[in-house]
Amino acid sequence: MLTKRIIACMDVHNGRVVKGTQFVDIVDAGDPAELAHRHARAGADEIVLLDITATHEGRGTILETVKRAAAELFVPFTVGGGIRSAEDARAVFDAGADKVSINSAAIARPELIAEIGAGFGAQAVIVAIDARRAKHSADPVGQAEVYVSGGRKPTGRRVVDWAVEAEQRGAGEILLTSMDCDGMRTGFDCDLTRSVSQAVQIPVIASGGAGSAAHFAEVFLHGKADAALAASIFHFGITDSRALKTEIASAGVPLRLPC
Amino acid sequence: MIAIIDYKAGNLASVVKAVRFLGAHSAVVTQSPQDLLRARKILLPGVGHFRSTDLLHQLGLTAAIRQAIASGIPFLGICVGLQWLYQGSTEAPQTPGLGYFSGQCQRFPAVLAGERIKSPHVGWNSLESIRPGSRLLSGVPSGSYVYFTHSWRAPLSQDTAAQTHYAGAFTAAVERGNVMGVQFHPEKSAETGLQVLKNFLTL
Repeated sequence: MLTKRIIACMDVHNGRVVKGTQFVDIVDAGDPAELAHRHARAGADEIVLLDITATHEGRGTILETVKRAAAELFVPFTVGGGIRSAEDARAVFDAGADKVSINSAAIARPELIAEIGAGFGAQAVIVAIDARRAKHSADPVGQAEVYVSGGRKPTGRRVVDWAVEAEQRGAGEILLTSMDCDGMRTGFDCDLTRSVSQAVQIPVIASGGAGSAAHFAEVFLHGKADAALAASIFHFGITDSRALKTEIASAGVPLRLPC
Repeated sequence: MIAIIDYKAGNLASVVKAVRFLGAHSAVVTQSPQDLLRARKILLPGVGHFRSTDLLHQLGLTAAIRQAIASGIPFLGICVGLQWLYQGSTEAPQTPGLGYFSGQCQRFPAVLAGERIKSPHVGWNSLESIRPGSRLLSGVPSGSYVYFTHSWRAPLSQDTAAQTHYAGAFTAAVERGNVMGVQFHPEKSAETGLQVLKNFLTL
């Protein structure tokens, strides 16, 4: 049976893994390569590295860090942040990534999705969507809005519409981050995740808000997520993936165990 | 020498890394028919579109692969590399496969028994009904998890060495004599994947 994936994410700033709350208040959490390997050993199904400041400051991706992290990493490895062209993507793949995650650049120029897919396959292109509920709307989930540039700029686009377009343009997966829940450890935005997961026929990775095993079980069972991503709960030793997975599985979620 | 065929179908870096990690430092990435005939083992990785295998024909590699296989060199196709061992794929009907295994690769259905099927099939799924005596899967228990990412799949046949269930059963590993294929990515399947690659490299 296809299992749900638990993805360990590292937000990287200036070559260090950092963790923020609702995209601000950043603290240091360690070396990306070391953490990637620790997560893989601890049973994470997949590793994601996001260069969170790349778009904002206009820097290229941190290829050396990617290379070090990818060495001897035998689980899927995704890299995002600052990828604006098929050439940028190629450099990241050459450094050892299996998939790239594109966000602001895909909104700015949606053709980029197909351009990367043409060389590396649709499965290698994840479209990341940073989403915020439309608080003052009668339908805050349905009207949730896409933000870009590390959550700094609203785009005026509806999350579900953009997810559907990304799929049509050849995205292999959607990485949906709830900006409202990010770093709060109060649970994923299950309603938002479900609305996107039901609108597309590609896998949806839920992100933002993980704080306990119950939150993961909820986003898989109620939110219809295919995978769920978390960062801070792993980095500070609150739990490791194996312990977390055992607990989530006991709620009736199919997971890769033992791992 | 371990020959890893480059036909511009996605990213080879991970496969090369895994093979070298397992001690096969003589692994080379190649497009040369001569290399294939001199190789101790041949790997055909690949993700992406079935059409990209057209390049194998254009480079004269198809004939070299047939010759290498006939001379007994162990051959392993990964993902699209497995699919290419069949007669073809509905993904690119004009592109012939090698036809070593019979059958056509087909896309996952969009709906099965009223249920929507997401595609690509992405993630860790289990190997079931592992054929006793499979050399490729030696030491891998049924139920072991491996990582998949694909939208087309090969049918079951008597050459199926392991099957996986997603919208029905499909061939996760195929093996007949010295010719083998895996739909999953052993280079991304943690310990189980490394075991499969090690089995192949030590044949």
